Amino acid sequence: MNPFYPVKLFAEWVTYTLLGLQDGALLAVAVDFFVFDTIKILILLTVIIFTVSIIRSFLPAEKVRDILARHNRYFGFILAGLLGIVTPFCSCSAIPLFLGFIEAGIPLGVTFSFLVSSPMINEVALVLLLGLFGWKIALLYIGSGLVIAILSGIIIGAMRVENLVADFAFQTKAKVSFHGVEMQWKDRLEFARDYTQEILKKVWIYVIAGIGVGAWIHGYIPTDFLAQYAGADKWYGVLVATLIGIPLYSNAAGVIPLVSALTEKGVAMGTTLAFMMAVTGLSLPEFMILKNVMKTRLILIFAGVVGIGIIFTGYMFNLVLK
Amino acid sequence: MKKIEILGIGCSKCVKTEEEVRKAAVNLGWKENEDFILEKVTKPDQIAARGVLMTPGVVMDGKVVCTGRIPREPEIITWLTS
Repeated sequence: MNPFYPVKLFAEWVTYTLLGLQDGALLAVAVDFFVFDTIKILILLTVIIFTVSIIRSFLPAEKVRDILARHNRYFGFILAGLLGIVTPFCSCSAIPLFLGFIEAGIPLGVTFSFLVSSPMINEVALVLLLGLFGWKIALLYIGSGLVIAILSGIIIGAMRVENLVADFAFQTKAKVSFHGVEMQWKDRLEFARDYTQEILKKVWIYVIAGIGVGAWIHGYIPTDFLAQYAGADKWYGVLVATLIGIPLYSNAAGVIPLVSALTEKGVAMGTTLAFMMAVTGLSLPEFMILKNVMKTRLILIFAGVVGIGIIFTGYMFNLVLK
Repeated sequence: MKKIEILGIGCSKCVKTEEEVRKAAVNLGWKENEDFILEKVTKPDQIAARGVLMTPGVVMDGKVVCTGRIPREPEIITWLTS
């Protein structure tokens, strides 16, 4: 049985009984869609973020650093990509994290794999993809995000760009060896609860706004209306989508519901995926912060390699997913 | 006298952490600069030098007690009194 069946019944009750809207009317369709999706996404966000936080309480960044420092270069890229999925960092931690990784002797390329995967494959984006597009697209997103993170790290690592990193990064020496604070189960649960609350507080308004506009599009814009502008046969679709995605960082919560409605109206799936990856993976604020530890050229290389990876992925899926 | 360091570049979470720690100490009846001193460490290389990767971080008498989250009053009190 579909676990969201009761939510569906509730949405129908609100639409047709409580509000008394006429069956099949455009407004009724939009309201039904809005109530159902909002409740479903908020439930998914709560459950999944809570679960991921519990896992994360076992993997503080300091432990991730120790694991990565122990492994060889090639396995390191894969591990960095995987660990990035469960270890998000807020942009204010980007520099201590970068310095700490370099200081522990983790290769620059492996560090970049982590810096790509961590923001790109974040739990809020995943929940929304899962709830609005289904598990296949969510898996596709994780898979291609991982591949982009791993390849970007390998490419940047092979470019020997150490000279573009601020000198003090290689001189920092940790005076204290610190391997993370051990938490009790009670602390883990509290941490997970606080983190879930914090994320929900931050994103709920965007989720509701995004689903609201999405519901309106769902109800009022004809299917395939956008295919003429952003269908798979339009070569510029992926390129434009990636560029638009860059300044929208941190609004994944509002952008994804909107994009889900646009996909329904004919925007190609590869274009959609590229857009979402650009929103989460290419972040202007993060680039500005990283400028403190690396030269502008390295940031451009970083953004360029990841950007090309995203665009390539977009075109590939437009060809494959019909 | 307890030496408390708050590690963070200056985002809202770090500010909140500083407030929480000060509040907990004051609630214990401690006086700032007599029973405890509170210092902010905002330079990234100094944060990394303490082995911390995720801010905000809290260091008491040179020992890292908390990273990557805002601590709660009961746990701050155990750190202060231990």
